Amino acid sequence: MAREIGDVILKMEGISLSFGGVKALTNISFDVREHEIRSIIGPNGAGKSSMLNVINGVYHPQEGQVTFRGEVRRDMEPHKAAKQGIARTFQNIALFKGMSVIDNIMTGRNLKMKCNVFHHALHWGKARAEEIEHRKKVEEVIDFLEIQNIRKTPVGRLPYGLQKRVELGRALAAEPSMMLLDEPMAGMNVEEKQDMCRFILDVNDQFGTTIVLIEHDMGVVMDISDRVVVLDYGKKIGDGEPDEVKNNPDVIAAYLGTSH
Amino acid sequence: MLYREAGQFKASYEADQQIFPILQDRIGVMLLIGFFALAVPLFADQYWLKAILIPVLIFSLAAIGLNILTGYAGQLSLGSAAFMAVGAFGAYNFMLRIDGMPFLVAILLGGLCAALVGVMFGLPSLRIKGFYLAVATLAAQFFIVWALVKIEWFSNYSSSGVITAQQIEILGFAFEGPQSKYLLTLFVVVMMALAAKNMVRSTTGRSWMAVRDMDVAAEVIGIRLMRTKLTAFAVSSFYCGVAGALYAYTYIGTVEPEGFNLDLSFKILFMIIIGGVGSIMGSFLGAAFIVLLPIALDVFVPMLLGDLVSSSFVSNLQLIVFGGLIVFFLIVEPHGLARLWQIGKEKLRLWPFPH
Repeated sequence: MAREIGDVILKMEGISLSFGGVKALTNISFDVREHEIRSIIGPNGAGKSSMLNVINGVYHPQEGQVTFRGEVRRDMEPHKAAKQGIARTFQNIALFKGMSVIDNIMTGRNLKMKCNVFHHALHWGKARAEEIEHRKKVEEVIDFLEIQNIRKTPVGRLPYGLQKRVELGRALAAEPSMMLLDEPMAGMNVEEKQDMCRFILDVNDQFGTTIVLIEHDMGVVMDISDRVVVLDYGKKIGDGEPDEVKNNPDVIAAYLGTSH
Repeated sequence: MLYREAGQFKASYEADQQIFPILQDRIGVMLLIGFFALAVPLFADQYWLKAILIPVLIFSLAAIGLNILTGYAGQLSLGSAAFMAVGAFGAYNFMLRIDGMPFLVAILLGGLCAALVGVMFGLPSLRIKGFYLAVATLAAQFFIVWALVKIEWFSNYSSSGVITAQQIEILGFAFEGPQSKYLLTLFVVVMMALAAKNMVRSTTGRSWMAVRDMDVAAEVIGIRLMRTKLTAFAVSSFYCGVAGALYAYTYIGTVEPEGFNLDLSFKILFMIIIGGVGSIMGSFLGAAFIVLLPIALDVFVPMLLGDLVSSSFVSNLQLIVFGGLIVFFLIVEPHGLARLWQIGKEKLRLWPFPH
């Protein structure tokens, strides 16, 4: 294997997040190392998606601190996280429905584009060259995800599994160093899940992208993750390598229930 | 059979990303522009040029402006007419107060004034969405018209804010007849329509549509919501402003602020709803439809019903048909005439075969 797990790049320390009286996350700490696949699991409502939202700045935790690549964050905005190389996909597909697959993936590259609205109005010289240069990159992503035949289809017309793949493509197009995937396999059949697993592993392996994954399919999680965090009711109840987590009594209790 | 892209292979991304990637479209657009630039001025009479073609072009431009804001960036606005007024009065003042001001520069500056005002009234869009934003832009509609009447400097202290557009002169050539005014309007509108088409197919347009379709996802990708929305307001108001300046200079001649009232804003909104929300071509179709419909009703209803009905009935009938058509479009084809054209094109690809 080409990839080698490196140092800690993202450190969450004592994160607490609440909405009014509802405590979504309580004093959670964990870290993510470079190039690893880190999964966050837990029953519904455990605070997994909130955790991702904290990582890329959609939510601001009331307590705790987030350190990304040695830099402590204060009131992060999502577009700044994007600038630092954090991309993400959403649990409910968040594609731009009115646009084609190419245009959707092209939006993923917007941070790397320098032309302004005046260049675009003329669409000559610099703007045209930029458009072509980025189109090449987008085509690489399209090749990687094997969606050549639907590149010009409006995403609203695509089946669910392909939409999920396009969303992964949009995140990939930004060439992120860390990708947050929120249930990339939810609602898929076995073949689609296998495809998606392969893409995630390939991304991790070929581009060295660090991946933070939320997933409910335990088979998948235990297979592809390097380390797993388990949340329940906003609290961390387990953290470690898949085998370790699997045998953790608290985790078993959370998933299977306990007899009292 | 005639309209199909089979056999048109693209060997480069450049070829694939042309403004009109299909050969038939390129030929069609060329023919259309050629027809309107060469044949029409030769054969059309004064009435057609003055009462139909010039206003259709001007309203198309305003509709493109609103379409950029509402159709592409998803921000509802009811202030288009007010931004037109800013453009008209802006251009008038630049012509009036600066000696030797070239006309084209004056209308562009008028448009820039409108863009500035548009950005100002676009600021609420950062906080509010949808209908609430529409109400906020309504404030622009009333405030701007009020200010143009109230502050007499804008109309050079004429009574009730009426201004009379100065003579247009470019490089010593005076634009007096409807023919030359029509050609000037056509030139400006075609250039700006092409620029709009360019904007919406590049990063600017993609960011607008991203914000329209899913703003949270857009932000997470790194699109700045504030900048994107304000750019849309600026570009949209610029288009409306230039349309307003042309409205004063090549169409009406004498305008007053009250002429740019809420009715006109609604008219432009109907144009994009009927023409096609989020389509440049739809803006032209919608403008043509809304300008031509009353004229067509005027001509055909008396012809069909003869002397049975009074002229007041005809004008009421106009309103009924007008309202009915808008309801019809909202139900049957929310994407408007442009979508019908799209469906027609897809049928044409296969014709004469069913599949």
